[in-house]
Parts: sequence; C-alpha cells; structure tokens
Amino acid sequence: MTRSTVSATALYDIPGPLTRKRHFLYGVLSTAVILALLGWLLYLLFDTDQFTSAKWTPFTYKGIQELLLRGLGNTLKAFAYAAVLSLVLGAVLAVGRLSDHKPVRWISTLLVEFFRAMPVLVMIFFIFVALKVQPLPALVAGLTLYNGSVLAEVFRTGINSVERGQREAAYALGMRKTQVTTHVLAPQAVRAMLPTIISQLVVALKDTSLGYLITYEEFLHAGKLIASNLDYDLPFIPVVMVISPIYIGMCMLLSWFATWVARRERRNPKTEGTGVAAAEPGTLLPGRLR
Amino acid sequence: MDVLTENWSLYGKGFLGTVELTVYASVLALVLGFVMASFRVAPVGSLRVIGTVWVAVLRNTPLTLLFFAVLLGLPRFGLILPFQVFAVLALGCYTSAFICEALRSGINTVPTGQGEAARSLGMSFGQTLNNVVLPQAFRSVIPPVGSTLIALAKNSAIAGAFSVTELLGTYKTLNELGYSIIWSFIWIAVGYLIITLAISALFNVLEKRWGVAR
Amino acid sequence: MLRTRNIAAVLACLLIAVLAGCGREGSPPVKGPKAGELPQYTVDTAFRLPESKTWTKAKKRGHLVVGAKEDQPYLGEKDPATGIYSGFDIEIARMMAASLGFEPDTIRFRTIASANRETALQNGQIDYYVGTYTINDMRKKLVGFAGPYYLAGQGLLVRTDENDIKGPQDLAGKTVCSAAGSTPYQRIAADFPEADLVAYDTYSICVDNLLTFQVDAVTTDDAILLGFAAKAPDEMKVVGKPFSEEPYGIGVPRSDNALRAALNDALEANEKNGNWKKAFEATLGLSGVPAPKPPPIDRYPSN
Repeated sequence: MTRSTVSATALYDIPGPLTRKRHFLYGVLSTAVILALLGWLLYLLFDTDQFTSAKWTPFTYKGIQELLLRGLGNTLKAFAYAAVLSLVLGAVLAVGRLSDHKPVRWISTLLVEFFRAMPVLVMIFFIFVALKVQPLPALVAGLTLYNGSVLAEVFRTGINSVERGQREAAYALGMRKTQVTTHVLAPQAVRAMLPTIISQLVVALKDTSLGYLITYEEFLHAGKLIASNLDYDLPFIPVVMVISPIYIGMCMLLSWFATWVARRERRNPKTEGTGVAAAEPGTLLPGRLR
Repeated sequence: MDVLTENWSLYGKGFLGTVELTVYASVLALVLGFVMASFRVAPVGSLRVIGTVWVAVLRNTPLTLLFFAVLLGLPRFGLILPFQVFAVLALGCYTSAFICEALRSGINTVPTGQGEAARSLGMSFGQTLNNVVLPQAFRSVIPPVGSTLIALAKNSAIAGAFSVTELLGTYKTLNELGYSIIWSFIWIAVGYLIITLAISALFNVLEKRWGVAR
Repeated sequence: MLRTRNIAAVLACLLIAVLAGCGREGSPPVKGPKAGELPQYTVDTAFRLPESKTWTKAKKRGHLVVGAKEDQPYLGEKDPATGIYSGFDIEIARMMAASLGFEPDTIRFRTIASANRETALQNGQIDYYVGTYTINDMRKKLVGFAGPYYLAGQGLLVRTDENDIKGPQDLAGKTVCSAAGSTPYQRIAADFPEADLVAYDTYSICVDNLLTFQVDAVTTDDAILLGFAAKAPDEMKVVGKPFSEEPYGIGVPRSDNALRAALNDALEANEKNGNWKKAFEATLGLSGVPAPKPPPIDRYPSN
C-alpha cells in the first residue's frame, strides 16, 4: 500500500521510513472512509427495499432475458454500422482535406468543422425528427457524421505526422501522389493512429445509447421498459445494476484494447517514421483549439 | 425564419438553460476533476485507487445511462431535487473524469528535474506543487481542458432530450405548435455554435496569455 | 461482428445466470387485461374495400400493420417479456381489423412514438394508428381521422395520501409533471401559471417521479392516468373533473377516405352490438370506471 512510487514523479521523493508510516496511516484512514461510504450505500439499498424478490424475479424469466439480449444485439448492430461507416467517411473527408484542389479542401474542412462543433444528439434528432428517418438509420447517420469528422482529423494529422523524408523519398522515386499516400504514408499513419482510432470507437459505442432517446430499441431502452413497469414493482435499481456493468465492461474492454495496441505500437520499429500524436484526453473533441 | 422571432422567449429560455447548465456543470467538473487528479498523483495508495476507479468507470459509462441512473436512481434514496440539479450532477461527474485525465497528463509533462530542483532548495510538498509544478502544468492543460468543456456544453443536449429546460428541448414545444421543424433546428444549431465558439474563444485567450510557447 | 455479438451474448447471459439462475420459461406475471377474458370479434371474411389503397395493399401483403403505443397501461401497453400488446386502444384496433376482414393473427402491432405518427402514416409504414391520438384541426391537415372512439379529458394523477389537490385550481405552488412540449403541458403553463411545471420525455418517468415524491401531480389525458392508477391503486389516484376534451381518433392516411368511412361504419356497428362496451370493460374498465357512452362519430367531409 505504501510502496507509492513506481516511477519517479516531479511531486515528491521516494519516501523514507517515517513518511511511509504516515502514508500508511493516511491510507488506512481513507480506506476506512471509503468502506464506510460503501457500507452506507449498501444500507440505503437495503433500507429502500432494492433487494426484494419482487424486484429481482423478472430477471429470472426467459422473456426478460431475451428482451435484454435483443437490446444488446441492437446496440452492437448500431455500433458495427456506425464504426464501419465512420471509418469510411473519415477516410473520405481526410482525403478531401489533403486534396490539391482548393474547393474540395474547403468543403471538406467546412464539413469537418461543422459536424464536430454540433452536439451529436442535435444531429441525431434533426435526422430523426426533421428528415423523418427511422430510428436505426437516424442513429447510425448521426454517429457516423460526428465520429467520421473526428476520425478525418485523426487521419489527417496521422498522415501529416509521417516524417517528411518518407514523402520526399517516395516522390523522388517517381511515385504519384496517390501512390505516395496509399503505399507510403497511410500504412505508417494508420499504425500510429490505431490507438486513437479505437478510442474514438469507444465514444461511438457509448453514444449508441443515445438511440434510447429516439426510441431505438437498444440495450438501455430494454432496461427502461423493465424499470418503468409498475407490474414488476419498478425495479429501477436492479436494472441499473444489471445493465451498467455490461455497458461499462464493453467500453472498458475496447479502451483496454486501445491501450494494449498503443503499448505494442510503441515497441514496434515500423512506426518509427511517425511521431505518434498522443490521443487527446477524452478524445471527445480533439483540438478545435489548435 | 420567423420561428426565431415569434418564439424569442422560448429560445432565450432554452439558450440560458444550456448556458447555466454548462457553467454549473463545468465548475463541478473542474473541482471534482482537480480533486481526483490530486488523488491520482498522491503518494497514498488507496487514494490513487479511488482516483483510478473513478476515472476508469466514468470514462467508460455512456452519458445517457448516467443521466438515467442519476435522474431516476437518486430519488429512490429519498433525495428530492429539481431536474436541473440532477442534470448538473450527472454532467459534472461525467466530465470530471476527463478533466482529471487532462490535469494528470499536464502534471506528468512537468519534467522530474523541476520537482527535484525545488526540493533540493528545501521546498515542502505544498510549495513544490503550488509554486513549481502546477504553474507549469496549468499552461499545458489549457487546450485539453478547453476541448473537454466544449464537449460538456455539447453533452448538455442530452439533458434537453430528457426534459425541456435546455436548447435542444425547445424543439418539442415548437413541433407541437406546428412550426417548421427544419428552421427550429437551424436556430438550435446556431445556439450551440454560439456557446461552443464562445468557450473556444475564451480558451484561445487563456492560451495566448499563459499557454506554452511552442 | 457476429462473433463479437455471440461472445457478448454469452457474457450477458452468464451474468444474468449468475444473478438469477438462467431461464425460467414464460414471462413475469402482470396485472392487466387477461388474454382469456378479452372479447372475440367475428371476422367479416367477405369484406372487400377495393377503393382503399391501404386495404388492398394490406390484403395483398397478408397482414395489417397497426401503429400503437407501448407504455400506456390499459390503453396500449407492450409486455416487455412477451412482446404482446394489450389495452383499450389495442382492442379497438383488433375490432377494426375484424371488421376489415383480417384474422386476429394477421395483425402486427408496431410502436410508433408520438412525434412520428404523421410520418408513419404518410409514408405507409403503418396502415392505421390507434394510440391516444387526439383529433384536432392541425393534425387533420396531415392525416385522416376515423372516430372519435373515446372522449378523454385532461386530468390529474396524485398519490393516494394527497388531499390538497382536487383539481387544476389547487395546483399553485405544487410541482406538476407532464410530457415535454405536449398539449396538456402547454395548457397548464398557459392557464395555471402558478403551478411549478416539470417536463419529461415520457409519462412513465413522470409517474416514477410521482412515486418518489419528486413531483406532486402528473397531468395528461385522464384515460392514460386511469391506466397508471389501475396498476398501483394503493399508491395513486385520479382526481377531479376532466378540464378539457380530447376526442381520440383512429389515424389513417389522409388521402384514404374509403378506409376512413369503412372504419367509421365499423366503429358504429361495434358500438351498437355491444363489442365496444365489452372491450372497455375488459381493459380500462378494470380500473373501476364504468363504461361511458361512446362519443358521436364525426364524419367530416374530405377535401
């Protein structure tokens, strides 16, 4: 518990025996506070009858389990469509932004900037309500426009971050621009950007839950149907206890995969040509600011 | 076009609602994010665990789920609060995880030598943190914190979809009143652009004044 | 993607299994109309309506697609486990289907959100819509209405221990919940400005808020409120006289006057032969309200 410094930090030295004892005391105290909080929470849960069998039996029926699984399937379906389409759109927009033709560059930049500045939900609602599209395509379209634009920026910075010498060497060999991009720049850029791309896909996965708000029958929607059912004694807390670990687990798995790829890439000599642009914290809106 | 002029007060209310929500949630997110970031770099193990768990869980929770849980879950423990407070709580806690990561990576950008030099001059932990590390970290965290807060402003739209006290929520009333949906949405979009551009401009100014010259 | 989906499915099932011991057959018991106690309607197999495009298309397709609501107890409610729809609106829809010559097993219900009703009818996703659909002039410009088949009015739902609220006049200083942007919401905002209004996207959240003491009353059409009260009669009650008139109609595509006329005829016949009353008693009537007299049918001219 007190072996605090794995690596040196700017903040404190490796503690001596006295400090270590003090830290141990702090550690015990804060653990006690946390345990007390958790205990209090548990007490509240029991006190408000969240563990009565009436609230939990619905989950034992096949019908309910299938409802939840169908919801989960729909969530993954929306995610799969959105992920593939955003990658495609991102590639198209990135090519547009790197184009030699001014109007193409200009239009792509405008699109990318606009879609990144708009809340995803506003786009989804616009497509759903104003353009009168079905829930699934509306959700996928909204997610694609937003994540595609963010990915376009990721791809663009990725391509630009490949060392200049690579490009110059390729041109010197007589390759055309398309060849340079597809054979030299893109393969290196994609490797370097892979972790960032995956982190952005985590955002897409999380945002599929917005489908709940436009009556797409995804996981959260299934949960809400159960939670708001008066016949099941409104099992809201049980529903949250069941669905949130699954949601968080899926996203964590994908985030963890991104970190794993990043760590592997860092050791890979093939990515040496690029200065890896670190994933923006949050990757929600990487750098409108610069 | 006349959707805006005829419903000026409705749009105004929605716009102010979004601004209010953004400001309060930002304050909460910055405070909580700062606390969690200091937990994450603390020398005490259990505090670090709390910080890590907080960030890992909240960063991987869909915001809609969090809204749902806070909005309908907390009342079950006997809490009686207006919707706006629940919205600020959900939005603030969610964003605090991202703020925490931004701050932490900012602290990590300060070279170890700086701290070592400070301590060799006899500075205490507090002095090292406040006079040497944080001022330098602050400069490099301006852009990521800015983009996190812009994301927060955009995420406030989710509150509008649940209830009506926000810019996006106004479309429901306008729709029921029979106004052109496309124009209602164009003005909603303009409202969001104003807010996100304002935050962006604010952080550009901050960046110009205090940012690291690169 | 299929593989990830399988893995996720297995993981989810495992989790549920750990919690509960996977898979009891069937679905949890529910209150509400029992399948066996619902009236049977005689199917008019000889019925033909070649002038109606909607009818011809449905006949060729072999089944009817009916739009409904899924979250209104005793009106239009979908059992989360079985996916079966039930309630008064659903009964009206089945009654109409029988008169149009469709067997009960050839009706497919689809949940359509309030905001999408007009679109769904306009682009033919559904053949007709039965789901607390108030007839008004603005909507008549977009869709056609058969009926009305029921006359609802705005009412108030409160907790059973609430004695101060007896009508909208008592709402001053009380928090009242309704669906965001809806007509009941706007009426309270305009006529009773002292009430503290809260809005959510669905009524079930409002009812949840009522039960957790976040709000003091829920307001919308009394038919909807009656359904909620009937589900938890010990906790909630509907108070006061309705303070508006909401005639519920069956939405049909605007151009299909033949279908509208046929549905009007069918409604009239079913009101006469007692089916309407039976349907009411088997659904909304379970809340303890006696069957009212059905409102007169409005055969407004087409234009």
